[in-house]
Amino acid sequence: MPEDVKPVKVSEIVKDVTRSFDSSVATTWYSNLMEFLSGSKSFYVLLIISGIMVFISAMSSANAINMGYRHAYGVTREVAWGILISTYIFFVVTSTGLCIVSSIGHVFGIKDFMPIAKRTVFLAVVTIMAGFTVIFLDIENPFRMAIYNAISPNLTSNIWWMGTLYGAYMFFMIVEFIFLLIGSHKYAMYSGLLGLISGIAAHSNLGAIFGMLHGREYWYGPYMPIYFIASAMASGCAAIIFFTYLGYKVNNEMMDKPMERSLEAVGKLCTLLLTVIMFFATWKIITGLVAASGKVEAIKAMLAGPYSLNFWLFEVLIGMVIPFILLLRSKGKNINMMFTASLLMIIGIFIMRYDLVVVGQIVPLYHDLGVNEYSSLHKYTPSFYEIMVVLGGMGVVATSFLLGERVFKGHKSEIH
Amino acid sequence: MKHGKFNPDDLKEEKSNSLSIIERREFLRIGLVITGVFAGGTILSAISNINKVFASTEEVAEKYPYKPHYSMVIRQNLCIDCERCLEACIITNDVPEYGYRTAILQRDVPDAIGQKREFIPVLCNQCNNPPCVRACPVKATYKDKQHGIVMMNYDKCIGCKVCVMACPYNARYFNEEKHSIDKCNFCIDTRLSKGEKLTACTAACPTGARNFGDLSNPDSEVYKLVHQIEKPVWVLRPEVGAKPNVFYMKG
Repeated sequence: MPEDVKPVKVSEIVKDVTRSFDSSVATTWYSNLMEFLSGSKSFYVLLIISGIMVFISAMSSANAINMGYRHAYGVTREVAWGILISTYIFFVVTSTGLCIVSSIGHVFGIKDFMPIAKRTVFLAVVTIMAGFTVIFLDIENPFRMAIYNAISPNLTSNIWWMGTLYGAYMFFMIVEFIFLLIGSHKYAMYSGLLGLISGIAAHSNLGAIFGMLHGREYWYGPYMPIYFIASAMASGCAAIIFFTYLGYKVNNEMMDKPMERSLEAVGKLCTLLLTVIMFFATWKIITGLVAASGKVEAIKAMLAGPYSLNFWLFEVLIGMVIPFILLLRSKGKNINMMFTASLLMIIGIFIMRYDLVVVGQIVPLYHDLGVNEYSSLHKYTPSFYEIMVVLGGMGVVATSFLLGERVFKGHKSEIH
Repeated sequence: MKHGKFNPDDLKEEKSNSLSIIERREFLRIGLVITGVFAGGTILSAISNINKVFASTEEVAEKYPYKPHYSMVIRQNLCIDCERCLEACIITNDVPEYGYRTAILQRDVPDAIGQKREFIPVLCNQCNNPPCVRACPVKATYKDKQHGIVMMNYDKCIGCKVCVMACPYNARYFNEEKHSIDKCNFCIDTRLSKGEKLTACTAACPTGARNFGDLSNPDSEVYKLVHQIEKPVWVLRPEVGAKPNVFYMKG
């Protein structure tokens, strides 16, 4: 490059920049930034906290990759799936649930569910991405997955179907969100329908991963795919109430009437689904008590063993009973009560997923053989690095949610 | 026994010489079914494992679709837990200290008269209906079409560990060095393909607890051990329905 060209170029750039300050384009850009920055103090505190969470988690995960997951994570040969798998399930359960509940409005045309659509679809994309982030850090060779999922598919494998269908699901949900943004409701409906179909197919395959392991009696059977869909809807309702409430707090706005009616409908659906979940849990326990000895051992560990605190306090009380009472008492009107219920549900469901994954593995495979090596239950404790990945996933959701509220201005939608 | 004393003279009256081959087969079948019933739910005789009594080599070939159909018969009471098999496996297959392809389990029987502990060697059962192969999303683990060994393609494994979850026999572990799940493959790459007839563990076993061979060959040792009615033969966790090719017996 000849030297005499350089000063010309620099001066032109400087000129461009000065000019752009005067131009209207820059003013819009500037005012947009100002508007973005004009949020409340608590908004930025939250944004900084969640951003730091993602950053620290990324640092710690890089460290975990470097040292090898065998050293970094608490999973073992016997308990090969730990909190990362359960957290992945937690996120994709929430995403699928958000998709299903939002589809009631803009796919099936029920008016009361329309106002929540935009935020819900946005969060469905965010939570599935958080799920993929967590599973990316759980799988030992994630890059191989991208290659061999395409060129060496095993059509009898539930994981293959789940991965492929969730890929399609994420694509359709992103497309749907774009259509919702530009106000093209017809195409949003079609992509929403495709997202719904692929999401339900993907999610029931996730249940079937467990339900089709015929060497694991705790999970085996058609229960898991069905339960996964039912609990996804409950998670979705809880997430909608939780994030809509927070969204209005973050934007420092009051809800309008349609939005209040919408949340009331979601709250009622949530109450109904909680009863479904309680019904499922009850029969899971009762049938499990008269099963083969391995399954009975696992159920006992839940009811009165090492997982009884998780089960009774977190799953039953915090996850189901208290939210159910709160939701009933709120009558869909007391939004603070509903928010508390949704928060408790989210905590309870997180533990539910954890127990579902871990308790299915604690009974040794050779339990019935009566050998000394497998006379007691397997133990699993999440390691520091695993917890950091979990926090990172939550950080991704929190950061994206907060940014989404500002960037998409509270996900306001015109009602048609 | 309720059947009374055996009297060779009775056979003369039955004109045993004139029994047709079909009747002899039927008789053999009934006998095996009875031993199966006697053995009950957890201990299965040959009849329950193989579902059929083989009267001709054609039937054997039909039942054992692989050639050679590699199989191991573990004569449980002969195992003395010397762990030479484990050592041989580690050396032959470069197994890291944090993993194992085969193990020896101990069972204490305090009520037993005399010896109160027995040893149960376990390894991949090379199942005919392998749950791990069905579950793998990318066909990184597969049932070899020729010899029926459940193999690993170490380059394809994505490390999702669903095969570890699917395996009813705890036969799989993640090998850091190979960046892949690793498991017993009957030493196909390290010994059998190089002309050896036995796996490392079988060759190292000083007591004959481990027996290895071709189950589709009526002359092989494993065939003879499995196809007899004097001693019960069983498989681990038959309820799973994985159809293992590792058999257990005593004596």
